[in-house]
Amino acid sequence: MVNITINGKVVRATEGEMLLDVIRREGINIPTLCQHDALEPAGNCRLCMVEITRTEWDGWKKYVTSCLYPVEEGLIVSTHTSELHEIRKTILDLLLANSPHSDVLQKMAEEYGLHKTSYEPNLEGDNCIMCYACTRICEVLGKSAISPVMRGHEKVIAPPFGEEPPDCIGCLACAHICPTNVITWTDENLTRTIWKKKFELIACEKCGKATISRDFAEYLIEKRGLPKEYFNTCDDCKRVELAQKMGALVDKAKEVAL
Amino acid sequence: MRIDSIDKLAAWRDECRKRLDSQKKKVLVCLGPGCLAGGSDKILEEFHEILSKKKITDVTLEAVKKTGCHGFCAQGPLVIIEPEGIFYTKVKKAHVKEIIETTLEKGELVEKLLYKERNGDGTDHAIVDYHDIPFYKYQKRISLRNVGQIDPDRITDYIAAGGYSALAKTLSSMTPQEVIDQITKSGLRGRGGGGFPTGRKWATCAKIESDIRYVLCNGDEGDPGAFMDRCIMEGDPHSILEGMIICAYAVGSREGYIYVREEYPLAVINLQNAIDSAREHGFLGENIMGTDLCYDIKIARGGGAFVCGESSALMKSVAGEVGEPRAKYVRSVVKGLHDKPTVLNNVETFATIPVIINEGADWFASIGTEKSTGTKAFSLAGKVKNTGLVEVPMGVTLRKIIFDIGGGALKDRKFKAVQTGGPSGGCLPEDKLDLPVDFDTLTKAGSMMGSGGMIVMDDRTCMVAVARYFLGVLVKESCGKCVPCREGLYQLHKLCTKITKGKATEDDLNLMENLSRVISVASLCGLGQSGPNPFVSTLRYFRDEYMAHIRDKKCPAGVCRELITFNINDQCTGCLACIAACPVEAITGEKKKLHVINQDLCTKCGSCYEVCNFDAVDIK
Ligand SMILES: Cc1cc2nc3c(=O)[nH]c(=O)nc-3n(C[C@H](O)[C@H](O)[C@H](O)COP(=O)(O)O)c2cc1C
Ligand code: FES
Ligand code: FES
Repeated sequence: MVNITINGKVVRATEGEMLLDVIRREGINIPTLCQHDALEPAGNCRLCMVEITRTEWDGWKKYVTSCLYPVEEGLIVSTHTSELHEIRKTILDLLLANSPHSDVLQKMAEEYGLHKTSYEPNLEGDNCIMCYACTRICEVLGKSAISPVMRGHEKVIAPPFGEEPPDCIGCLACAHICPTNVITWTDENLTRTIWKKKFELIACEKCGKATISRDFAEYLIEKRGLPKEYFNTCDDCKRVELAQKMGALVDKAKEVAL
Repeated sequence: MRIDSIDKLAAWRDECRKRLDSQKKKVLVCLGPGCLAGGSDKILEEFHEILSKKKITDVTLEAVKKTGCHGFCAQGPLVIIEPEGIFYTKVKKAHVKEIIETTLEKGELVEKLLYKERNGDGTDHAIVDYHDIPFYKYQKRISLRNVGQIDPDRITDYIAAGGYSALAKTLSSMTPQEVIDQITKSGLRGRGGGGFPTGRKWATCAKIESDIRYVLCNGDEGDPGAFMDRCIMEGDPHSILEGMIICAYAVGSREGYIYVREEYPLAVINLQNAIDSAREHGFLGENIMGTDLCYDIKIARGGGAFVCGESSALMKSVAGEVGEPRAKYVRSVVKGLHDKPTVLNNVETFATIPVIINEGADWFASIGTEKSTGTKAFSLAGKVKNTGLVEVPMGVTLRKIIFDIGGGALKDRKFKAVQTGGPSGGCLPEDKLDLPVDFDTLTKAGSMMGSGGMIVMDDRTCMVAVARYFLGVLVKESCGKCVPCREGLYQLHKLCTKITKGKATEDDLNLMENLSRVISVASLCGLGQSGPNPFVSTLRYFRDEYMAHIRDKKCPAGVCRELITFNINDQCTGCLACIAACPVEAITGEKKKLHVINQDLCTKCGSCYEVCNFDAVDIK
């Protein structure tokens, strides 16, 4: 365990854990857009920046992204200086300029007193903020079906060559993790379309409702060792089935008791 | 010959030197990038063609050879005749016969090809030996010592020039720690831009427990206009290898890469040749020079992005991943390529190492300034007379480089600013010309050393347009991963464009200043952190010019199209030249009568201004 100081208060933490986690554990609120507990930190959004110093630094300080900064003994951290306010506000301002229609960003910017962007808004801009959450989660799944392509302001998240991603299994992890809800998909009858690729959805044996994509089911069977039969029915029917089984048990117990 | 013991090298060197000394005269044909563009490969061919048919005493075919960039590109294609150092400039294929007949056969000079230096009274005088030309006189060449002097494809040339003697000295008489101590003591700082102490980097790497360590060389050279590293890779590749091998010995590495940008195909070829022949002669591979040292080098080719020169992006690219900077607070010397301790140094840094080992740390530290020791290579470009490759002791003034070596602004126009440090460097005005050129002074003045690009600008340069240009480069080169760099530089560039169009307000300028500060502190890698520099440094020294665009809607340098008008004054002789040149037929007039520009039609392309021989076109 190490001792660090956050906003004047001495706090104990485990050496090597990320500063952001410690700060949040203390109930201090710092906005973030690219951090997610299921993912390795990436350092893309830069909102989590804090100021650090040490006594022996003699007044010298520096700004670091707390999501990636491993804590160490003697760290002195400030999370809410006026300069940090300015940094976070500017970052939100820039993001808002590029995605003026994003309600997520609008709400965050409001908290910094920004009602509209200071820059010329890109009215055609989509809401992607390049946090890489989608590509990172896809990588965690071992697929890396999509990735950032091009450079700079032209950068987009896309499948290889902009075509149907061969490695995509239609699991929707990317769409669900996206903080600004840019990744869209459609489920129509038993067909799912995402990244322009079509997937067959497994129909529940009991109720006929669409469940997950067949490719995803196969992935879970192979990689996560789930039993094949698991994917025959939908979650709702599984629950009903379970309730029925429980009911039967109860009935039996009653019978026995009688 | 395989050098399987240290002693063998000395004998081989004697042999190589004897062979070279037996050539009474040598003809060096520069095949550097500048001269090659002027057709110097044809010149070399012509020499070989004629000399293969004609026997001349004292000149063997082997003695006519290609070299890398000799430095004075503005005067190229260059042909140099040693031992006299006769310096022939702007040589064409057609001149070759004359050079052979006059100089090689009769020992006389081809007067018209000699370099002419301007006298104070406007007349010229010819200089024969290039050592006496001001461009060369004030230079001190350490990293460029062999570039332009040897044939990069002949390891025997490098050996004759003392090559691999530093490696022999290292292996026979120094411990790894002693090597590190020497480099530390020499004060050498990395030449790739950051100026990090090389000895300290090596010491850190050597200390970390690890089974594998890598030694990598950064030959990405992404600065547009810079070509120092290219010229060393093309012109003296063995010096880089020797530096890397010494480093491998010092830190305990068995494997390394040279990362070369895709745009440098000749560098790749020459380096690969050098690697192959070094391996063949026992300087690379298993049991180097018969010792226990084993180290080998491969070439990794870059994707051509500027950001790939950044250390963590480079290592990802070498590992076959996307070349994006890594956002972790661990240094690559601790966890670098494949997460192993890694030394990454610049081409020029490695090329300097053998000289430090041979001449000693104290000797190196005595050159330059206390905190920036040794010499630094620069590529001089832009509106300067003597464009080319120069190497000077650290601490000489910008004035010395630009005026004494560079000959001052082109066409004797007024010097306005010099841009150093690559796209994210800064611009320094005339009153900073007496600053000594070293890492810390340039940074303090708001620019930076960078890798050594130096672009001279004259009074016809608009500093706002310059800032906009470099920001544009950075917007394209930003990797796009982090918000401040991707979106921030994009907006900064847009606002700068707004100024050049005369549409910006003072509020915009404030917004830009604030934004610049945030981009610098909040960006992930060095590109973003130094990205606002072109704007910040020009604003610092040329605020009036910004205000002229914003308040008066004027571009004082007459560059920003939206803010200027062209008018013909009474110097006009009525020569019709501008009328012919105008692409939109906006100029009317008759022969020998004053011409007039129709402002409604004028697109401000500047063609009339360019063609007018009578200074009759005003830009306001
Ligand atoms: C955006 C960016 C581009 C860079 N490009 C280069 C380059 O082209 N060549 C180079 O040697 N160093 C470059 N660097 C510096 C490297 O990251 C690294 O510091 C250097 O190669 C270390 O070698 P040195 O200590 O010998 O200078 C760049 C840095 C940044 C941030
Ligand atoms: S949360 Fe740390 S950079 Fe985005
Ligand atoms: S290319 Fe010949 S002198 Fe530079």
